Amino acid sequence: MTTTTLRRVDRSPRRIAFSQTLGRWDIKFSPYLYISPFFLLFAVVGLFPLLYTGWVSLHAWDLIGGQGDFVGLDNFAFVLSQATFWKALGNTFSIFLLSAVPQIAVAIVIAAVLDQNLRGKTFWRMGVLIPYIIMPVAVALIFSNLYGDRYGLVNTLLGHIGVPAIQWHSNPLASQLAIATMVNFRWTGYNALILLAGMQAISRDYYEAAEIDGAGPVRRFFSITVPQLRPTLIFVIITATIGGLQIFDEPKLFDQTGTGGANGQWLTLTLYLYNLGWTQLNFGRASAVAWLLFLVIVIIGLVNLAITRLIASNEGVRP
Amino acid sequence: MKFSRRTTAAAAIAGAAAFAIIATGCSASTAPAADSSKPITLTLATFNNFGYSDALLASYHKLHPNITVVQNKAATSDAAQTNMFTKLAAGSGLGDIEAVDGDWMPKLRQYSSKFVDLASADNKGRYSAWKTAGGTAAGKVIGLGTDIGPEAICYRSDLLAKAGLPTAPADVAKLLTGDWDNYFAVGDKFTAAKTGAAWFDSAGATFQGLANQYKNFYEKNDGTVIATSNPDVKKAFYSVLTASKTSSSHLAEWTNDWASGMANGAYATMLCPAWMLGVIAGDSPKVTGWNIASVFPNGGGNWGGSYLTVPAQGKHTAEAKAFADWLTAPAQQISAFKTAGTFPSQVAAYTDPTLTGATNEFFNNAAIGQIFIDRAKAVKVTPFKGVKYSAVMTAVQNGLTRVESGSQSIDDSWTQVVSDIKALG
Repeated sequence: MTTTTLRRVDRSPRRIAFSQTLGRWDIKFSPYLYISPFFLLFAVVGLFPLLYTGWVSLHAWDLIGGQGDFVGLDNFAFVLSQATFWKALGNTFSIFLLSAVPQIAVAIVIAAVLDQNLRGKTFWRMGVLIPYIIMPVAVALIFSNLYGDRYGLVNTLLGHIGVPAIQWHSNPLASQLAIATMVNFRWTGYNALILLAGMQAISRDYYEAAEIDGAGPVRRFFSITVPQLRPTLIFVIITATIGGLQIFDEPKLFDQTGTGGANGQWLTLTLYLYNLGWTQLNFGRASAVAWLLFLVIVIIGLVNLAITRLIASNEGVRP
Repeated sequence: MKFSRRTTAAAAIAGAAAFAIIATGCSASTAPAADSSKPITLTLATFNNFGYSDALLASYHKLHPNITVVQNKAATSDAAQTNMFTKLAAGSGLGDIEAVDGDWMPKLRQYSSKFVDLASADNKGRYSAWKTAGGTAAGKVIGLGTDIGPEAICYRSDLLAKAGLPTAPADVAKLLTGDWDNYFAVGDKFTAAKTGAAWFDSAGATFQGLANQYKNFYEKNDGTVIATSNPDVKKAFYSVLTASKTSSSHLAEWTNDWASGMANGAYATMLCPAWMLGVIAGDSPKVTGWNIASVFPNGGGNWGGSYLTVPAQGKHTAEAKAFADWLTAPAQQISAFKTAGTFPSQVAAYTDPTLTGATNEFFNNAAIGQIFIDRAKAVKVTPFKGVKYSAVMTAVQNGLTRVESGSQSIDDSWTQVVSDIKALG
C-alpha cells in the first residue's frame, strides 16, 4: 500500500510536470508561433533578397550572364564617385520635400474639413480616395501631357494670363515640381483619410471644453487637433518618407525616354538604379545603389525615431 | 531606353554585322520537327503592331492542326525589352517565340547560347545580307528578320509651296539629292522664307539618320567605344546642332510636343522610315499636305526593324523554330505589311506585285511600295552596334537635347557627353 502510494506519488508529479511544461510552453512560445508566418515570409521575400542584393553588389554581375569576379567594394566606390549618383540623391530629396511637405499640409486640412458635419460624408470621403485608385502610370501619362513644353495645357493657360511658357522638361526645379504634383495628386487623399481616422479618435470632450472656453475653430484646430494627431502624423510622415525616397513611376514616365532627363534634371535614385541594372545590364552597380538607398532610408528612419522619442517624452512631461 | 520605340532601332538592326559575317557559314541546322504528335500551344510574344492578324495565325493552325498559336502583345518595345531581360535572367517565363527590336538585339548577341539556332535551308538568303547579319551571333542565327525601316524624306507640300520650293515628289527628290550639307542648305532657304515652320523636327532624329551611315560610328568592331575620339561623331554633333539653331523645331522625338507639332505644322520635313508613315498618319490625321520623296541625304539609311527569336528555355523549341521560319517567309511578311505597314526585310518580297504596287492614300497616293523598295536597295552601310551601343547613343542624344532645349551651349554639352560616355566604364 505504502509502496503503491509511494509509486503513485513518484509518478504523478512527473505527469503533472510534463503537462505543466506543455502549458508553460504554450504560454511562452505560442504567441511567437502565431506571428512567425509573417517573419518566415519576410525572411523569404524581404530579408533574403536584401542580403542577396548585398552579395551581388560585391561582384561584377551581369543581369543575364550572372555572377562574375568578386570585386569587393569596387561597385560602391564607382557609384559614389559618380556625379550622377549625387545628383540623383539630391533630386530624390528635392522631389521628396516638394511632394511630402505640401502633401501632408493639404491632407491635414482636407481631413479637418471632412471631419466636420458634412452632408453625404461617405461620398466626400470616398471622393478624396479616387486619385489613389487611378493607376500611377495613367496619372503620369495625363500629367506629362499637361506639362508639355510647347503644346501642354498648363503652358497654354499660363500664356492666357501673360506668363511666359515654363520649360517643364529642361528646367530642373520646374520638372521636379511637375513630378511632385503627380505624387501629391495620388497620395494627398490617401493621407487625408488616415489623418481623418486619427482625428475621429480624438475625444470630443476636448472640443466641447474648448468651445465653452471660447476657442474658435482655428484655435481648436491648432491647439487640439494637431497635437492630438501627433502619433498619426508620425505614421504618415514615416510612410511618406519611405515611399517618397523610392519614387519611380512618375519620373520614369515623365518623358518619352524614361532616363530622368537629358541632364538628369529629374533623375531619382531608383531611376538611376534602373538605368544601371536594366539599360547597362550592370547588376553589381545597380545592387550597390540599392544598398546605398537602403542605408539612406535607414538613416532617415533613425532620425524619425529620434524625433518620435522626443515627442513621446514631451508627452510624458505634460501634466 | 532612349529611343524605346523604333527610333534608333535602325541603328541596332544591323548590330552584329561583323560577327555575323564570320558566322554565316558555320550554322548547323537540324531538320525542324514542324508537326507535333500531340496538340500543343505556342506563345508568340510581340510588341506594338507586327501585323500578325488572327487570321494569319489561324492559317498556321490549319496547316498544322496540332499547333495552336497564341499571340501576346506588349504595348511598347520598352516593355518587351524589360520582360525579355528579366525572364532571360530568371531562366523561364518567356514565350516560345519572342520578337526582338533591332534596337536591343546587340545586347542579346552576348547571350546567343540562350537562343535556338534558327538557320535552315529554307531561310538561307531570304533576307538582305545586312539584316541576316544583325540577327547572327557567334555562329548562330538567333533572330529571323521581320521588317526593316529603309528611310526616305517625308515632307509637307503645302509648307514647301509657301516657301516657294518645288512640291512634286520627283522635284523634291532632285532638290535633296546630295549630302547632309545640301539638306541643311535647302533648309536655310526654307527658313529664309519665314513660313513660321521649321525645316526638320529635331536634332536628335536628324543626327540618328546621319549616324546610321557610318560603319563604325560609336564603336570599333571589337566593341571598344570610340565615340569620344572619333572625329566623325564630334563633327556630326556640331554640324547638326549648328543647323538646328535655325532649322529645327526643337521638339524632341516621341514627346507629346513632337506629335502635336506634327499636327500643327511645326516642321516641314522629317526623316521617314517605312513604319513612320503609320505614325505620321496617326498623329496628324487632319493634315492633307504630307508626301514622300524617294531620296535620303548622303545615300541610303535604315532605321528600325525587328527579329523573331526562339529562346532555348522554351518547351517546344523545334515547333517554335518551324513556326518562326514560316512567319518570316515573304508571303507572311507581305500579309503583315498589308495589315500594319511593316516593310518586309525579305528580298523575294520586293518583286511581289502586292508590294511593288502598294500606294498610300494619306500621302497623296505615293507609291510607297516602290519607293521603299528603292530606299532599301540604297542602304549600303551596315553600322556596327555592340553591347554599349544603346548607352552611348543615349548619352549623345541627351547632349543634343540639352542644346536644343537651351540649357547648354554646344561646347558645354559636348564636354558632358564625353564625361558621360567615360562614366559608362
